[in-house]
Amino acid sequence: MTKETPKIVTRTRRRDEAALKDFAFTQEMVRSTGMSEFIRNYRLQAWQTYQSLPMPTVKEEAWRRTDLRGLESDRFRLPQSEAYLDLAPLPEELMRPIADGEHGGQIILMPGGSQVNLSEELAQKGVVFTDLRTAEENYPHLLEKALSKVVKPTEGKFAALAAALADTGVLLYIPRNVEIDQPLHSLLWGPGVHLAHVSHIIVWLEEGARATYVHEYASPTEAGQTLHVGLVEVHVGAGANLRFVELQSWGENVWNFTHERSQVDADGNLDWIFGAMGGQLTKNFADLDLIGRGASGRMSGFYFTDGQQHLDYDSQQNHLAPNTTSDLLFKGALIDRSRVVWQGMIYVAPGAMKTDGYQANRNLVLSRDARADSIPGLEILADDVRCTHGATVGKIDPDQVFYLRARGIPKVEAERLIVEGFFDPIMQRIPFEGVRERFQEAITRKMEVYHG
Amino acid sequence: MSDELIIRNLRVSIDGKEILKGVNLTLPKGEVHAIMGPNGTGKSTLAYTLMGHPAYEVTEGEVIFKGQNILELEPDERSRLGIFLAFQYPVAIPGVTVANFLRTAVNARRRAQNPEDKGIPIPEFRKLLKAKMELLKVDPSFAGRYLNDGFSGGEKKRAEILQMAVLQPEIAILDETDSGLDIDALRIVAEGVNALRGENLGVLVITHYQRILNYIRPDVVHVMMDGRIVETGDADLALHLEEHGYDWVREKVDNGTPA
Repeated sequence: MTKETPKIVTRTRRRDEAALKDFAFTQEMVRSTGMSEFIRNYRLQAWQTYQSLPMPTVKEEAWRRTDLRGLESDRFRLPQSEAYLDLAPLPEELMRPIADGEHGGQIILMPGGSQVNLSEELAQKGVVFTDLRTAEENYPHLLEKALSKVVKPTEGKFAALAAALADTGVLLYIPRNVEIDQPLHSLLWGPGVHLAHVSHIIVWLEEGARATYVHEYASPTEAGQTLHVGLVEVHVGAGANLRFVELQSWGENVWNFTHERSQVDADGNLDWIFGAMGGQLTKNFADLDLIGRGASGRMSGFYFTDGQQHLDYDSQQNHLAPNTTSDLLFKGALIDRSRVVWQGMIYVAPGAMKTDGYQANRNLVLSRDARADSIPGLEILADDVRCTHGATVGKIDPDQVFYLRARGIPKVEAERLIVEGFFDPIMQRIPFEGVRERFQEAITRKMEVYHG
Repeated sequence: MSDELIIRNLRVSIDGKEILKGVNLTLPKGEVHAIMGPNGTGKSTLAYTLMGHPAYEVTEGEVIFKGQNILELEPDERSRLGIFLAFQYPVAIPGVTVANFLRTAVNARRRAQNPEDKGIPIPEFRKLLKAKMELLKVDPSFAGRYLNDGFSGGEKKRAEILQMAVLQPEIAILDETDSGLDIDALRIVAEGVNALRGENLGVLVITHYQRILNYIRPDVVHVMMDGRIVETGDADLALHLEEHGYDWVREKVDNGTPA
């Protein structure tokens, strides 16, 4: 008998991957020149907050379903001045008017540069529509009025990061009682592997103002990660009216983190639309604060995820005053191995009576491996309110497909028609043909790839 | 190439249970045939099988139309070949308007003919739809409504006939089109079918009751029982059945003397 040599296997315990590295940003990257002391302090404080907060992990409730391990956090750098010259160019079609007719103004934000156009007529009315750096230089009083009033940098790691490091963004300011018919359009073009695009959008409508604003995020799909961290702060003054459309068409390599909040004052109204087609991973906090009596807000979301995309929406409808109305409808379709999370909360503060809150999330899951989690929530601390919610996760009904095929429509087209029909109620809320078309094109493209 | 729909020895099972046990039937274009019979004898199974519903398993037989065994075709291919099924329970497609749906169906036909086809121009389609809606006395608002979504029973059946008018099939199978309709709705639907009758259309009316046949006069009446056609006659057969019920047919079958 031969003697067996015992095999010795040593197992080293796998390092706990939860220890996601912090970003490699440093305090030197916090811009401090060309701005007022107020703004400088705002950034510096935000930086300190950023440093004091750990990277979020799945142990935190808000991040429970969105795992950041896999993010190459220590590899990102901020774009240098004129970085766009060496990066993938902005496709022409993204600059075509997305809204019907002419723009009142258009801003193109690129890595390390921007282009700003605003009609003479609007400028004369006192409308400010410009990029963040110009705003810091020329409109410090407006920024000082707005910064920190809507989103506090202390609200989270990414909110603090965006406040401290934003080197791109938009300031839109509409003076009292100025009403604008032509839509304003801005586009953040964010190409570049291992680049971090950090943006700050500030929208401030004074009492009685009215405007329509479309903001887009876009980039090509590239091999390697790209980061976007964004802060969006919106103030709709008393009796003011804002239609705000945000379209996300990031490349499928982009990790996207945004903190957004809109506050609406007495009798003001906000029509807020979110569209998401791109990105590798998105975590979006979107809050609606109804702060004055009679304020109302509608939040409409549509998304179509494919591949390995991960989309996590965290919405809050905060009724902080009496007689306020909110209405949220998010609808999305999922294919491949993509994943969507929607977690919504309607909060009614003590004393906010005669509140009417509604939220619904509807998902159409088209592949076995895709997954949607839909988690509505209510927290009501006032009497005499009406709050309702609904959440559904469903599939395409094979009887619908058969019915359409029985009319000569091939299977793939039948499914596309059913998906388009599913989105129709949300498309009806979108005022622009251009936006609807862009989304429909994305649906068709994704379904074609899916069906091979 | 044959201008008839020929069903030969068709045997069909659902969930392993045999429903159709050898159906033979020939439907020439230009004729209207009725299939009558008690509930649960396989009438609707025949309708769904002819259209290609995936739940129905064909175990034997063939169905020949235009020289092809259509049982080998996908449901949408059968439709484009000229077969139409008016559903007993039309399915709602929320968010898709009647007009959008019909334009998609028309374009699917055009593209099957010519892969380069750019689709029917919208003004031409509008004209076509308007003409068919007028022919069938359908309210113009129909076009903009979501297909079958929130439709009444009568509206659903009228929508089926409108689809038939736009798609112009050569063989139409009406599956219990009379069910759930009051007499006025039935008359409207029947008028629609009659308006589409002609040399180029063969119609198979599947019904439980004779009353629809008062409005759509059949050339031939078949009686189906226990998965087979057991009796065939002219329009008077339907009247006879209305008066005497199905028992006499059943007795005949039980005595081993099927028609």
